[in-house]
Amino acid sequence: MSEVVDKATKTVEIDSHSINFGPQHPAAHGVLRLILEMDGEMVERADPHIGLLHRGTEKLIEYKSYIQATPYFDRLDYVSPMAQEHPFVLATEKLLGVEVPERGKWVRMLFSEITRVLNHLLNVTTYALDVGAITPALWGFEEREKLMEFHEAASGARLHANYFRPGGVAKDLPAGLDDKIGEWARTFPKFIDDIEGLLTGNRIWKQRTVDIGSFTAEEALAWGFSGPCLRGSGVPWDLRKAQPYELYDQVEFLVPVGRNGDCYDRYLVRINEMRESVKIIQQCLAKMKPGPVKSEDRKVSPPSRGEMKRSMEALIHHFKLYTEGFHVPAGATYTAVETPKGEFGVYLVSDGSNRPYRCKIRATGFAHLQATNAMAKRHMLADVCAIVGSLDVVFGEIDR
Amino acid sequence: MAFLDRTASSLLLSELVSGMALTLRYMFKRKVTINYPYEKGPLSPRFKGEHALRRYPNGEERCIACKLCEAVCPAQAITIEAEPRDDGSRRTTRYDIDMTKCIYCGLCEEACPVDAIVEGPNFEFATETREELMYNKDKLLANGDRWEPELARRLELDAPYR
Repeated sequence: MSEVVDKATKTVEIDSHSINFGPQHPAAHGVLRLILEMDGEMVERADPHIGLLHRGTEKLIEYKSYIQATPYFDRLDYVSPMAQEHPFVLATEKLLGVEVPERGKWVRMLFSEITRVLNHLLNVTTYALDVGAITPALWGFEEREKLMEFHEAASGARLHANYFRPGGVAKDLPAGLDDKIGEWARTFPKFIDDIEGLLTGNRIWKQRTVDIGSFTAEEALAWGFSGPCLRGSGVPWDLRKAQPYELYDQVEFLVPVGRNGDCYDRYLVRINEMRESVKIIQQCLAKMKPGPVKSEDRKVSPPSRGEMKRSMEALIHHFKLYTEGFHVPAGATYTAVETPKGEFGVYLVSDGSNRPYRCKIRATGFAHLQATNAMAKRHMLADVCAIVGSLDVVFGEIDR
Repeated sequence: MAFLDRTASSLLLSELVSGMALTLRYMFKRKVTINYPYEKGPLSPRFKGEHALRRYPNGEERCIACKLCEAVCPAQAITIEAEPRDDGSRRTTRYDIDMTKCIYCGLCEEACPVDAIVEGPNFEFATETREELMYNKDKLLANGDRWEPELARRLELDAPYR
């Protein structure tokens, strides 16, 4: 009898509070919605909700010709636009069997690295902003502005470049741009020193990041990490070294690797990657020779304007390319590049028509975001900001 | 010795002080901000801004209604209808661009065989209503007339690369 009464009057204590972090939280890096189950100020469970920025890019691409599909890649990870176009054009070229002229490869590498600096500058400085340091963001955006001007001078757009094309790049670099980039590359390492002067040794920064969100190498591999997040945990895996594409085997650079896999190490890896990127940029500029920047194969890349005006054949190619596009031989390929955030891959299936049959995009941030729960568990609420910042998630690519 | 160094720098707040000194140095640097509506950042001849339809120097519109721009537009923002004109030349009767759909990729400009549709240097065309962003042929031709000197100069500067 008493047992029954006990059961009836038994009170269940629920002491966990749910907190909605985002999707309009400034530290959520876009439209991340995190449901945090709290135990006091400790995070018991972090549940990321995604999909608020879903635009159906993969499906859209199935209805676009290959030339039309490229601009959609800029809009995935809008912080590193040109690096996103890269795997798609590489995959298309692989299926087509088109050779890119050497200068085209150097220009692509140059802009991949500029994009890397662009991305890391934004990430490091806004990440610092999330944990309370405002100054780096104010300085970093000045440098970003210079890089955006290079973007704009080459492609005509500050962000959504549409510059890489199957067979090369859209247009050659305008005269004088290489000197400007060289000049910037000379002064930029000094700027990294300044950012490091504010952050690297700073005790407040260290208190907020050291031993926060630690991941061992095994954990990082198990969660499918790549890029700076994986290297921060001590795995020296970089696709530019492991399976060199373009001409990465002809440039010298180091792969920075962390040791503890915490937020601080990921920050250090990014800072050092910027230094290495500057080295690559300088080597690209030194090794670049005048020449064509896109394939001479008129079935793939459009003729120049002058040629189009003079030659009937070129005019027909021009019309053909801008209406129907080119037909890609049937086949499938997975092509991945080392984007600033990690391995970004495109699984492209072609059925021989002028449109991709399927285009699966392997988004970098998706793998990183799924680890938030494992990382943030038993951390303070404020550490979630540091963890999300250090993972470098951008919702354009996660939600696709 | 290392221990003493560490303790001393920790007690003297050395990294905080040096960081603040750095901030102070930056305070005396030349300002990089610009007074926006009056000063503007640099734009290259390739900038992809607001669209314009150009005319030949004799006032004849360039567009021959080949519809390449309509075909290549990834966002399907361009709508063209065409008919032969009274003098027998083929011209558009309707040329609409939905600027809210446009993704400013620049493919229309690349595709145009007669340099009629161009993306000009203007990026200040914000409006109060969506309807104002549905550009028709009159609006695009008016843009072309307004920006023509600048548009011609841009095309000339970029000609070696196109």
